[in-house]
Amino acid sequence: MSGSQTMPRWADVLLVPLLSLLLAFLISAAVILAIGEDPWEAVKLMVSGSLGSTYGWGYTLYYATNFLFTGLAFAVAFHAAMFNIGAEGQATMGGLGVALISLMIPWPHWTIALLGAMVGGALFGAAWAFIPAWLQAKRGSHIVITTIMFNFIAASVMTYMLSHVLRPATSMDPATPRFPAATNLPTMSEILAPLGISFSRSAPLNITFFIAIIATVGVWVLIWRTRLGYEIRAFGKSGPAAVYAGISPVKITVIAMLISGGLSGLMAINNVMGEAERLVLNSVEGAGFIGIAVALMGRNHPAGIAVAAVLFGFLYQGGAELALWTSIPREMIVVIQALVILFTGALDNMVRVPVEMLFRSLRRRN
Amino acid sequence: MDLLTIVQILESTLRLATPLLFACLAGIVTERAGIFDIGLEGKLLISAFFSAAFAYYSGSAWVGLLVGILASVVFSILHGLASITFRGNQLISGVAINFLASGTTVVIAQSWFGQGGRTPSLTGDMRFGRLDIPGVSALADVPVLGNIAQIFTGHSILVYLGLLFVPLTWYLLYRTRFGLRLRAVGENPAAVDTAGVSVVRMRYAAVIIAGVLCGIGGAYLSTSLAAGFVREMSAGRGYIALAAMIFAKWRPWQGLGAVLLFGMLEAIANRFPNLDLGIITIPNQFMTALPYILTVIILAGFIGKAIPPRAGGEPYVKER
Repeated sequence: MSGSQTMPRWADVLLVPLLSLLLAFLISAAVILAIGEDPWEAVKLMVSGSLGSTYGWGYTLYYATNFLFTGLAFAVAFHAAMFNIGAEGQATMGGLGVALISLMIPWPHWTIALLGAMVGGALFGAAWAFIPAWLQAKRGSHIVITTIMFNFIAASVMTYMLSHVLRPATSMDPATPRFPAATNLPTMSEILAPLGISFSRSAPLNITFFIAIIATVGVWVLIWRTRLGYEIRAFGKSGPAAVYAGISPVKITVIAMLISGGLSGLMAINNVMGEAERLVLNSVEGAGFIGIAVALMGRNHPAGIAVAAVLFGFLYQGGAELALWTSIPREMIVVIQALVILFTGALDNMVRVPVEMLFRSLRRRN
Repeated sequence: MDLLTIVQILESTLRLATPLLFACLAGIVTERAGIFDIGLEGKLLISAFFSAAFAYYSGSAWVGLLVGILASVVFSILHGLASITFRGNQLISGVAINFLASGTTVVIAQSWFGQGGRTPSLTGDMRFGRLDIPGVSALADVPVLGNIAQIFTGHSILVYLGLLFVPLTWYLLYRTRFGLRLRAVGENPAAVDTAGVSVVRMRYAAVIIAGVLCGIGGAYLSTSLAAGFVREMSAGRGYIALAAMIFAKWRPWQGLGAVLLFGMLEAIANRFPNLDLGIITIPNQFMTALPYILTVIILAGFIGKAIPPRAGGEPYVKER
């Protein structure tokens, strides 16, 4: 994030990410070309499949909801200078929390069930983030390694819980029974029907979408408008300076990770409670890792994350359509995702430095 | 548990530890030079695919090995470009590399072979054969000694190569000028720079060595351990290797110990899905998670302290 003096703000927040994105897409197009498919046809198919109908939008925004939660989760930790690579595990555990709350308590109505599940998901996610946070703050173990390890441990815990504890005795499938009907969340078509707007019935987009939007605004308020957010940013910019200003590193590390894990855990109300309506193996499907790409592309700002989440939702739904209608496998989106992370994240300076030089030479000429 | 079962478990321990060993040594070399490498997983995977694909096309496992190494080195140069030349975030670069491998292997495999992201099965010389150690195989008929000999003989040549790389890596790191400089670059790059040694060149060398090592490890996965590539066949081994590296506190011999331990856990978990200890039954999932749990405990300093190289993860900016 350096060099904001040498170039105008719009270039920093818009031009550089867009150029990086363009590079990622160009290489993706080259890959599609190399496997003997037409990139232009692929783009048209992706656009029509993900944005051409309410069904497409229903999937695109459903995925975007997942990515919003995990992207925000990554960003909150990143503002405190922590690389929380564990959203995958935290969202997995959030799913466990949501499933337990939905199955154990006889909820009278979905509204209260939703509140309960939110608490359950966030608590489980936050608890899973707490141990790495505490170990980082107190014992100095690197948060990246511990969160990676916790992703794998979460996967094992989940396999055990589903195959030994939560699976109904009559079923072979490692999954929980269906959640009671009273916990089923209203889908977008049910929400929009009273307003006279028809929306695809089969798309999984549900009320969680609005909760994700509230969470996005909430994170913005938290990071830029509260004392805690200020402390998080100060600690992230310079640990020693923050300590000098009386900010406790242990407190900030733990709180930032609890919020981050809680946001990851909240994702489960979308995919577990909203879509599947039961808990299955690998329910997160990599959304935790996509959060990293989303946050990097969005420059860790909630507004940027919202845009990036929709973009990745589009890529996901579009990629699924590609796999359906062409011989391009679904994994193509993993390639695109990797290239986006590579160019907007790791190779940022490759684009940034030339752009900075360009602006410097322009200024000199004036 | 009878002798035969123990022998079988130890035999498969050695087999399962080998890919971990290559990746672990790769991690030790890069991290000692001050470059975090969470892209071990991706390098194993990309090499596993290209080795299998080219072993299939050429009919020779050796050709496959070379192409696998090449693919892995290309990925490590990419990592070097991001983390050394452009001073980007090394963790982000590693994450990107893992995804890139995970996606491209399936996309290319589907395009080349059309078998749902796998290569055709490898047969005959497309795989590395079992290597019988002459003197040891003669012991096969001796009652107990023969069983023990069985643990060490009849593996792929890459297993022995891996074992050979342990002293080699140790020698390189601790007994050569190159190794001294490499370790210094990971602790205090400015001092190395002052001594007139190029930090950039040292770090690239480390990253490329890691690429070669991961390349062999990946080739082992698809041309020795299995007979062909299947999607996601590295199955988190790069991360377990990372765990082993920390477990070993960034030292080669201890790395061998760590991967043997983790390999044995995997072998036991494979042999006994649910380990019955009489009083309690340990579920398979616990054995799977144990390497990760142990690493967290080690990293937290509850059993000894794991102190990483001091300049790890920081791009070096030359003073002007």
